[in-house]
Amino acid sequence: MFASFMTNAWIVGTVVALLAGATGFFVVMRGSSFAAHAIPNGAFAGAAGATLVGVAPLVGLVTFAVVAGLGIGASRRHRSDVATAMALVMMLAMGAAFLSLSAAYEPQVEALLFGEILGVSPSSITPVIVISLVCALALATMYRPLVFNAAAPDLSAARGLNPTVLEMGFMLTLALGSALTVPVVGALLSFSLTVGPPAAARLLTSRPLRALVASMALSVVTLWASIAASFQTDLPVGFFVGVLSALVYIVARVSTRWRRHSA
Amino acid sequence: MHWLIEPGLWSNDAVRTGAGVGAVVAVVSALVGMFTVMRAQSFAGHALADVATAGGAGAGVLGVSPLAGFVVGSVLGAGAMEAIGVERVRQRDVATGVVLGGATGLSALFLYLITLNSSSTGSTQLILFGSLFSVSHATFYVITAASALVCLALAWLGRPLLFVSLSPDAAGARGVAVRRVALGYTVLMAVTVGLSAIVIGSVLSTALLIGPPAAALRLGRSMSVTFAAAAALGVAAVAGGVVASYDSYSWWPSHRALPVSFCVVALVVLELVVVNVAHRVSRRRDGRGRA
Repeated sequence: MFASFMTNAWIVGTVVALLAGATGFFVVMRGSSFAAHAIPNGAFAGAAGATLVGVAPLVGLVTFAVVAGLGIGASRRHRSDVATAMALVMMLAMGAAFLSLSAAYEPQVEALLFGEILGVSPSSITPVIVISLVCALALATMYRPLVFNAAAPDLSAARGLNPTVLEMGFMLTLALGSALTVPVVGALLSFSLTVGPPAAARLLTSRPLRALVASMALSVVTLWASIAASFQTDLPVGFFVGVLSALVYIVARVSTRWRRHSA
Repeated sequence: MHWLIEPGLWSNDAVRTGAGVGAVVAVVSALVGMFTVMRAQSFAGHALADVATAGGAGAGVLGVSPLAGFVVGSVLGAGAMEAIGVERVRQRDVATGVVLGGATGLSALFLYLITLNSSSTGSTQLILFGSLFSVSHATFYVITAASALVCLALAWLGRPLLFVSLSPDAAGARGVAVRRVALGYTVLMAVTVGLSAIVIGSVLSTALLIGPPAAALRLGRSMSVTFAAAAALGVAAVAGGVVASYDSYSWWPSHRALPVSFCVVALVVLELVVVNVAHRVSRRRDGRGRA
């Protein structure tokens, strides 16, 4: 399990899980799960488009993710769920069009959606780490305003925090993070880690900083368990990540209810 | 008309069946989607399509009817979302996300098992994006019958549901079983999304559920007119998309047709953008008139 060919998977997986846990803390706090689902899924269409035009897939991924993130962020004020849904379906439909025009090989599509974490190449380690650090830095800078804004939106606006700018900044971070992790671990995997473990962490503690740390820890543990289980059983990693993430939340839910009853 | 519609469009059986089933699904999705938009449940509406896909893939593994898999998967997903909790909007967001994450995990497993047991490729893409042009006659009749049932149920549930959606507190005070009506609607939405996801794919299913109703609600007429407008916009997008997809075969020298899903989604988005711009222009004019 810890053979040399698995080393890349462990390193990249841990970095991505830490980032997903940190981003997910804010996603759950702000109720932006839909955007967190839409942006990476839409970004995959960008990769297909880039293949068609003949530029590097990364350019397409970043372009689509950033445009989607900014579009969703701009519509935050009114009916953001409708705007998110429309942005998502438009990007996915464009992805379908790009694929049929370029006749890409189907396993490549599947790899983008479900990820190939066990096939991570050594060359993708450095970019993933660098981008994760950039995103982590951005989140650390926005930590106080974001928590303040979520806890008391009116008060934070009165203090001069512009909610639209904050939302845009957060969406941009989300977009950059997902554009770089999607080709490595898949759109579906990073979404599961972004919602399940952070939601569980928020149930376990009400203090923001503790919840953030717990979220990152749960996310990493979930991913480690998934890689190990996948290695042992030969079943896809995405399956374990998806199901274990949901399971972590359910266990946290049941245990908090049980604690409340016995207290 | 030759420049607009390529010859042979209506003599093509696949196109006719596809357009028919697309129109039926567009009408049901628009009617059901009106409440999805009013209740701000777009995320759940979209997630259920992905959950239905997991059900369909599961049916593929077990070797049972995919239609049953799609509908059962979607309804189970809706039940799980309700069980996790839907009282507050933010909690609803997390509940939907957790169910969606778990379901995509299951889909990854089922699709892997399918590719392990068969040599056919293309199933993943078909399940995700669907194609109107691959609908069989038998499926068409089943979908039409099920859609009629959904419409009947919606007519029966409509009045209390509208009350609950517009002002839950007042409805509760008047003795309407708010929680039960909401649960009933979520199940109805799950059945609709399951039906539409199998014929048109999860992407198009969300587009038709959210786009036309959101545009129709912007028109700001009476309720019955808004419902009719949503259905009309949905059918128009499907019809236009079918024609455009069929025509696009001759647009490029390479003869690669645009997928019908793309054409329909593009038209849905276009409708929404046009209605939004018109709405903004007319509001600005109203404002100036009053000032």
